[in-house]
Amino acid sequence: MEMNNQLYTKRRIVSSLGLAFSMAAMAVGLAVLLWILYVLFANGLSALDGNLLTSDTPAPGTDGGGLRNAIVGSLMIVGLTVLVSTPVGILAGVYLTEYGDESKTAELTRFVTDIMLSAPSIVLGLFVYAIAVATVGNFSGYAGSLALSLIAVPVIMRTTENMLRLVPGSLREAAFALGAPRWKVSTFITLRAAKSGVMTGLLLAVARISGETAPLLFTALNNQFFSTNMGAPMANLPVVIFQFAMSPYDNWVRLAWAGALLITLTVLVLNVLARVFFRDKVSS
Amino acid sequence: MSEIKTAPKNAIEVRDLNFFYGKFQGLRNVTMDIAERKVTAFIGPSGCGKSTLLRTLNRMYSLYPGQRAEGEINFYGQNILDPKQDLNLLRARIGMVFQKPTPFPMTIYDNIAFGVRLYETLSKSEMDERVEWALTKAALWSEVKDKLGQNGLSLSGGQQQRLCIARSVAVKPSVLLLDEPTSALDPISTGKVEELVHELKADYTIAIVTHNMQQAARCSDYTAYMYLGELVEFGETEQIFFKPNKTATEDYITGRFG
Repeated sequence: MEMNNQLYTKRRIVSSLGLAFSMAAMAVGLAVLLWILYVLFANGLSALDGNLLTSDTPAPGTDGGGLRNAIVGSLMIVGLTVLVSTPVGILAGVYLTEYGDESKTAELTRFVTDIMLSAPSIVLGLFVYAIAVATVGNFSGYAGSLALSLIAVPVIMRTTENMLRLVPGSLREAAFALGAPRWKVSTFITLRAAKSGVMTGLLLAVARISGETAPLLFTALNNQFFSTNMGAPMANLPVVIFQFAMSPYDNWVRLAWAGALLITLTVLVLNVLARVFFRDKVSS
Repeated sequence: MSEIKTAPKNAIEVRDLNFFYGKFQGLRNVTMDIAERKVTAFIGPSGCGKSTLLRTLNRMYSLYPGQRAEGEINFYGQNILDPKQDLNLLRARIGMVFQKPTPFPMTIYDNIAFGVRLYETLSKSEMDERVEWALTKAALWSEVKDKLGQNGLSLSGGQQQRLCIARSVAVKPSVLLLDEPTSALDPISTGKVEELVHELKADYTIAIVTHNMQQAARCSDYTAYMYLGELVEFGETEQIFFKPNKTATEDYITGRFG
């Protein structure tokens, strides 16, 4: 064999250049993430003490304080959102793949969902303000959940649809070949086969909504006191961070950093969990 | 009168069947009988319509809009192409095993029980018996009896395919359609599946699509040779392989074509 050394050398150079560029791009991305984490830890760690979880947000001019009311409020608002949007999102995803497929209704649903996915969250917040706050006359945790649901449902729906599409058609046919009705095939076979992917989508949706501020500003508003009444204004981490970070009080600013650190860690953990779920799927 | 050999009863009679994938015609005027408790093999080059024919027999094509069949397929006298035909009931009576093993994402036990639960209410012990019976029929019982609770996906490819056969057998259908059931398997697993086909025909009517002509010769009673959507020749396997009436069939079987 006669080898063209020049050609080979050139190819090697191109290859190492490509590798170098992609490594550099990776380093930039990773560096930014680490930087964010470093700043968060540097500023937030000092406020992470026992009071954070046991006391409520302090009144202006008072010392100390914690984020108990905001943490509980966030958990309740996000919890209700998950409770409502999980079944809606998953069922809609099942409809899109197993029933609607290429029908006009399904196409329209997909189109609207795509718009919803890219809609600015502040618009969704204002929309919910108009329909569920202005009409009722007061801000409420329910309105906050509604606004977050508008963000979560499309995410869950599209991931469910995409994951169900990955299920090989032969598995569906095999179930139909036993005489299984369509609803049994979708729930017992395809949804089950796509389970870990759907769970991943769910976790990512939770990660996405747990840091959303804009939709809560006009809906759940905030509450300086501890409250579990979802029919009234409710404290929540993103809005507390937003208000406290801009305040002139040192302890408020410190609490804002602590809240930011908490949310970031939660989102990080959720993402890691999602990865673990997805890895299990691939390895099985 | 030497011809006292009674003709076998037909489980399925196909009459003037035409099949369309949208505008493309996949089958042309196919007329054939599938004898009860015999193995009928469909052979022919890729794209000749043998899988298409098989998929009309349990109306699998009805899952896909745009695919349609014209003509008649009489299953014990009942035309299953009738739009009023209940497809779930039909498929419970005419089972199908696919080219690639398709175990459901659940335990081995539940893989078998899934189909049974659709149409029968069995007690726990009756279900246990049925699962053992089906797995024994599929020659898999001895290999899996200690791990019924494991996921069906944990089995080897050959075992998965026998699990799929067991799953189809478990619902006690009257016909089994096998769509190239061994093309993804190694020779040993293939041998096991072929033995199985031989044993199952005592109780079931079997139609098998195969690319492997030796397989058709080994395990079928009747063979249909198809080409470009048409049924070229159909008869007893021995006759098709040793004294084909048409040169096209002979060319394919002897390897001069295909």
